Amino acid sequence: MSEHIDSVKTYALVFAGLIFATIATTAVAFVDLGAFSVVAALGIAVCKMLLVALFFMHVRHSSKLTRLVLLGALMWLGILILMTLTDFSTRGLLGVPGR
Amino acid sequence: LANHGSEETLALREQFDTVEQQKDASTLGMWIFLITEIMFFGGMFLAYTIYRSSYPGIFAISSSSLNVYIGAANTVVLLCSSFTMVLAVRAAQLGRQKAIIFNLILTLILGFIFLGVKAYEWNEKFVEHHVPGPGFHFVGVAQQGPSQLFFSLYFAMTGLHALHMVVGVGILTWLIVKARQGTFTAEYMTPVDVAGLYWHFVDIIWIFLFPLLYLIDRHLK
Repeated sequence: MSEHIDSVKTYALVFAGLIFATIATTAVAFVDLGAFSVVAALGIAVCKMLLVALFFMHVRHSSKLTRLVLLGALMWLGILILMTLTDFSTRGLLGVPGR
Repeated sequence: LANHGSEETLALREQFDTVEQQKDASTLGMWIFLITEIMFFGGMFLAYTIYRSSYPGIFAISSSSLNVYIGAANTVVLLCSSFTMVLAVRAAQLGRQKAIIFNLILTLILGFIFLGVKAYEWNEKFVEHHVPGPGFHFVGVAQQGPSQLFFSLYFAMTGLHALHMVVGVGILTWLIVKARQGTFTAEYMTPVDVAGLYWHFVDIIWIFLFPLLYLIDRHLK
């Protein structure tokens, strides 16, 4: 890995963004957004995750192999969630016990 | 072996061809481990999703008994620790010995603060009888079962997260000892780098736990 050393300023800006997002997610929770409040909470959390992963964890500068492994992980997590939720949400659909 | 004689260093062990190759192998190894952790925590997030969608009202009421300001403050503490950790990694990349130790110690202190606050919050749950079990009683909900489910998930998820923090504290302590011995240089700082990856990963888990556990429909209260 050819070393990329980010400046303290870059890290400080990312840190400031993370603190701002924490305040934003707390504040928005007190607003009645209906079903959209979960979307807002998770949307902000995903943004914070991306900031930490891309900058603090150096994914921005990482090798293609590392990125591929990460995408693979997200795919498996997707399978875990999608398959389980399709099972759970369609149980009892046929009105036959065990189907 | 013949390529670089018997000169084996920390930065280049015998089994690797180049310094870069060794570093890439370590980084990839840590990412693979973190991915198993994603799947590990993923199961809990999935259980949470299913039960929250089954009992949205009770989960919202149960969640609102958690102190949102303490939770938010602790999130800030953890984000600060990630910031000092990344500064420690940067110091290691530049080979600045004193800055590595200084930032690692700051990270360690912030980690302890987070765990201390968490212990205080858990203690509150015991005082309020919000710990799942025979003594559980949550005032204001008709069904105690689903409320216990929320608190079971709360304790399992924050407990598992805190366990990872405790492991992280152990790793930081080891790094500080090694850094004081002058082990880490600009050529060899892989342990600091991969420990940083672990610490930031634990931070990311909390980034999701905080809104999911503390911030469900706060406007209802």
